Amino acid sequence: MSTTTTPEHSDDHGHGHDHPEHLAHHFESLEQQFDAGKLGIWAFLLTEVLFFSALFVAYTIYRGNYPEVFRFASQFLDTNMGALNTIVLLFSSFTIAWGVRNAMLGQTGLLKMNLVITLICAGGFMMIKKMEYEHKFHEGTLWAGHENTIFRLDPNDVPEDMKHHSTAWDNRNGDFTMAVKDLDPEFRQKLGIFFGIYFCLTGLHGIHVLIGMILMVWLLMRAMKGEFGPTNFNAIDFGALYWHLVDLIWIFLFPLLYLIS
Amino acid sequence: MIPVALLPTLLQHTQEDFWFPTQAARDASLVDELYYFIFYVSLFAFIAIVLATAIFAVKFRRSKVGLVPEDSPHHSTSIEIVWSVIPSLFMVAMFWYGFQDFVATKQIPDNAYEIQVKAKKWDWKFVYPEGVESFGGNIDMNDGGEGMVVPLGRTISVRMESADVLHSFSIPNFRVKMDVVPGRYTYLWFIPTELGEYPLYCTEYCGTRHSRMLGKVVVKSEEDYAVWLEDQVIDLATLPPAEAGFEVWKKNGCAACHSTAGVNGIGPFLNNRYGTTETLTDGTSVTVDDNYIRESILDPNVKVVAGFSPVMTSFAGQLNDDEISYLIAYLKSLNE
Amino acid sequence: MPSTNTLDRTNYLNATKGFMSWFWTIDHKRLGLMYLWSVIACFILGGFYAMKIRLTLSGDVDFATQTAEQMNAYNNAFTVHGAVMIFLVIIPSIPAALGNFVVPLMLGTKDVAFPKLNRFSYHLWIIGAVLFVATLFIGNLDTGWTFYPPYSTGHTDPSVITAVLGAFILGFSSIFTGLNFIVTIHKMRPPEMTWFKMPLFLWAIYATALIQILATPVIGISLLLILVEKTMQIGIFTPELGGDPVFFQHLFWFYSHPAVYIMILPGMGVMSELIATFCRKSIFGYKSIALASIAIAIFSFIVWGHHMFVSGQSELMSVIFSALTFSVAVPSAIKVFNWIATMYKGSIAFTTPMLYGMSIIWLFGIGGLTGLFLATLGTDVYFHDTYFVVAHFHYVMVGSALFGFLGGIFYWWPKMYGVVVDNMASKIACLLAFVGFNMTFMPQFIGGSKGMPRRYAAYGESAGFDGYNEASTLGSMVLMTGLVLALGSLLVSLKNGKKSPANPWGGVTLEWQTPSPPPEHNFEIDPPVVGDPYDMTLVEWKGEEEGFLPVNPRADAPCVADVKPSA
Repeated sequence: MSTTTTPEHSDDHGHGHDHPEHLAHHFESLEQQFDAGKLGIWAFLLTEVLFFSALFVAYTIYRGNYPEVFRFASQFLDTNMGALNTIVLLFSSFTIAWGVRNAMLGQTGLLKMNLVITLICAGGFMMIKKMEYEHKFHEGTLWAGHENTIFRLDPNDVPEDMKHHSTAWDNRNGDFTMAVKDLDPEFRQKLGIFFGIYFCLTGLHGIHVLIGMILMVWLLMRAMKGEFGPTNFNAIDFGALYWHLVDLIWIFLFPLLYLIS
Repeated sequence: MIPVALLPTLLQHTQEDFWFPTQAARDASLVDELYYFIFYVSLFAFIAIVLATAIFAVKFRRSKVGLVPEDSPHHSTSIEIVWSVIPSLFMVAMFWYGFQDFVATKQIPDNAYEIQVKAKKWDWKFVYPEGVESFGGNIDMNDGGEGMVVPLGRTISVRMESADVLHSFSIPNFRVKMDVVPGRYTYLWFIPTELGEYPLYCTEYCGTRHSRMLGKVVVKSEEDYAVWLEDQVIDLATLPPAEAGFEVWKKNGCAACHSTAGVNGIGPFLNNRYGTTETLTDGTSVTVDDNYIRESILDPNVKVVAGFSPVMTSFAGQLNDDEISYLIAYLKSLNE
Repeated sequence: MPSTNTLDRTNYLNATKGFMSWFWTIDHKRLGLMYLWSVIACFILGGFYAMKIRLTLSGDVDFATQTAEQMNAYNNAFTVHGAVMIFLVIIPSIPAALGNFVVPLMLGTKDVAFPKLNRFSYHLWIIGAVLFVATLFIGNLDTGWTFYPPYSTGHTDPSVITAVLGAFILGFSSIFTGLNFIVTIHKMRPPEMTWFKMPLFLWAIYATALIQILATPVIGISLLLILVEKTMQIGIFTPELGGDPVFFQHLFWFYSHPAVYIMILPGMGVMSELIATFCRKSIFGYKSIALASIAIAIFSFIVWGHHMFVSGQSELMSVIFSALTFSVAVPSAIKVFNWIATMYKGSIAFTTPMLYGMSIIWLFGIGGLTGLFLATLGTDVYFHDTYFVVAHFHYVMVGSALFGFLGGIFYWWPKMYGVVVDNMASKIACLLAFVGFNMTFMPQFIGGSKGMPRRYAAYGESAGFDGYNEASTLGSMVLMTGLVLALGSLLVSLKNGKKSPANPWGGVTLEWQTPSPPPEHNFEIDPPVVGDPYDMTLVEWKGEEEGFLPVNPRADAPCVADVKPSA
């Protein structure tokens, strides 16, 4: 980050500070406050990465053990939707980064615009995700223990209204049709595991997008009040870092889940 | 007081081993020898720590030396290196011997005699290559099982599987232990060297009756073992129905949940039960007759007696009509 | 500068009044005290279940006639005891309670870096604790604190859900506390306090905080996975659905082994402060103790597999984990040797906190040395899941972490409440706790060696473990008496304790340079003088009234910027 614009501050650690407006009582200087916040947010992002790590490890282990299952399973995912979502999120990362710049330069109008665009992108992402999920529930391409999953160990157990998906499953572009019920039972069961991991990873990521949206609304409300400016942009900066991480995780999820070939 | 507690160990070579149950398998001695190596090293270190603190505490107490102690060094690289490196060397030795023993006890020899262990909540079942089966065998529980019977001196490998949750198969006298994991097979092996009966424990927590998932290992001589195997091949039709029922009862591990000694377990106790009238969970009542017993075996969770949970698995497909009849006869025979 | 009549001054305790002035405070000292009392309350809850375990095992119920309900009650007791003591007592004990109180004082700052986040951590902690307590009423939580699937996910009642959710929230409380300390220590040290001028307690808290932020998220997600597995059968851990239960054990221990060091490292930190102050001597081998803390924190991440030698993990992994495990033993041993060397040619005062400190050397000695048997592959397979393990980790968790906590409470009690507790009652309490503790757990080593398995609601007569259990229960009564007496002596002191000067013990770290109890913003003059944290010649005894005072009184102290760190 190129956020090195540090406000002027007095270097005295001595007695009787004249506290600048945005300086909390327990800090000596704005610089110290900013540095502390920066380290704090990076440490937090590190914990976020580790929070996702267990799921990535689950992915790695199961993919390592059943590579052909994963290759096969990714055909059930809609690459176009995933790609669209990638573009949406990347764009939102750009707008929030621009927003940080706006805050630093005191361009409140542009800042508000960028926050709104970011928020719209996040909403759009969630809408697309929702469509994908609905489609999967409709077709029964679900995790191992769901009552409507078509990946049962015993194909006769597949619920009646899901049977046609199990018999002839068409992928989105109609390139191929497959009969899930004819697959080897073990193989079918492991497909369920893939979708367990898929829903966990994308679900947890989705929750992070939602948290990000709440964050954006909060930042927007503060921006409306004109709180941000060259001496006070920490919140925007740190919020943006969080948003970049959410974006980054998706950048990993997309190829790992959708683009296995 | 700690050294006092440890004193008996110093005498352990003159009497029965203080720390361990008696060794009854070939490689048990490996564990014990390794243990005593670590034990004596640790004991030496611990005594040194206790002596040093005690002596310093007395010698340098404030009432004696006053508030300002005399000068002494704040660090000494050479001493610090010594007390880092020397313990490290001992630890390398511990690791190395531990590693060697581990590898030695993990490699299952070829041509071992393989007994299958089937664990489920909360009993052990043993299946022998000859097709014979046995189970449980805890002395305190008096479950009537024969336990796991093994021939003396033969290399026995054990292939374990679990029908439900994690269990762990542990025979302290043999110094062997291995988790039983649902969804995969795990193995261990041993060579029994002493005749006798040894306890078998489940050592991975598995629910309500974890503490009753017990059994025993019976080491018999080759001849006795052969005789035992012969005896296990029972033609139920030749026995009186109640006795045949008892064989079915044992073979299917019914005692894991149903006591015949008047104590409720996971399921109700079943002595003096035949012919009684029971209240069910839905408030209706039922008489325990042949039909109800049959239904309870084949479709156990339809009519559950009040106060119990519908947790029994169906035995449909596992028991034929004859066996069910024998079981009913056995339960009738439990009325006093 | 020090006014001796401290309680009459305005201080952080009496500056503001009312429930909200505590509940909604951002003052690290008040938050520290609230953690302290919350932790003590939870400790009483966990202790109640401990006694329930002991009474069950020493013959309350008969092996032959024990009913399923009684077994369930026992299984519930050991689960709740373990979960409460770990998640609600030991993990927050020193870092959250003592750490919150002491860290900013030791750094000479007004507060931690993020006071509001600190308050948020505490409120999260309360929510987690409430969920835990709710669990007790929802069902019969009986999974063991480890929550192993498939038992937890498919074979027991829904109380797992609240327990797991509670632990998840407590985890985030712990993460935010750790994060706060890391930033505080990095960014808010006075300029003259270089890393190697930091008190060892801060090193220990820093190492702990590293583990908290790096390991806790992993248990967070693992518990969340247990939650979705249980409620939605996602399949990852359930064998019937193609999943792998051993995978959970890896995730679980990836956190829970480092968590052991979250518990023990701060105890070691307290120990280092105690030993230096009460020997009135610079701590021996400062740098190696400091670096050993960091080394332990780092190594703690690569040893988790030693909990799984019999789980069915690959043998190669077991061998690697065994070797790595020994690497943790070395820095731990170094610390013990350094403490003992500090006593050499010291001036040792047997105050109440020091008695706890000396107990730690012996108890941690036993706890650490018995760990060697469990790190060694050949012997661990035999000891795994026996009472040998139970005794071992109690020697570490109670004998070292809890005794460290108690030592720390008595040590900083004057700073917290302005009164000193160093009387016969508190010393006898320590002695009783020490003796009772050994009586409780020494027999468990022997029982464990005989093959006595853990988590058993009763043992058959032929197993021959009854004697060990009875001895152990007897010991636990003595231990309980000691702990009750210790708590009693603290409570009594609040009413009519001996007023404490700013520095009653002769500590040189910064918290002793402010009155007891400190003013709202910690220091009357800021920032205080920073010197060598263990140079005992910087303070001298001025009698009961005034305690220890700086040799160079504050007014004559050179301007802070000119202070040269003394060698």
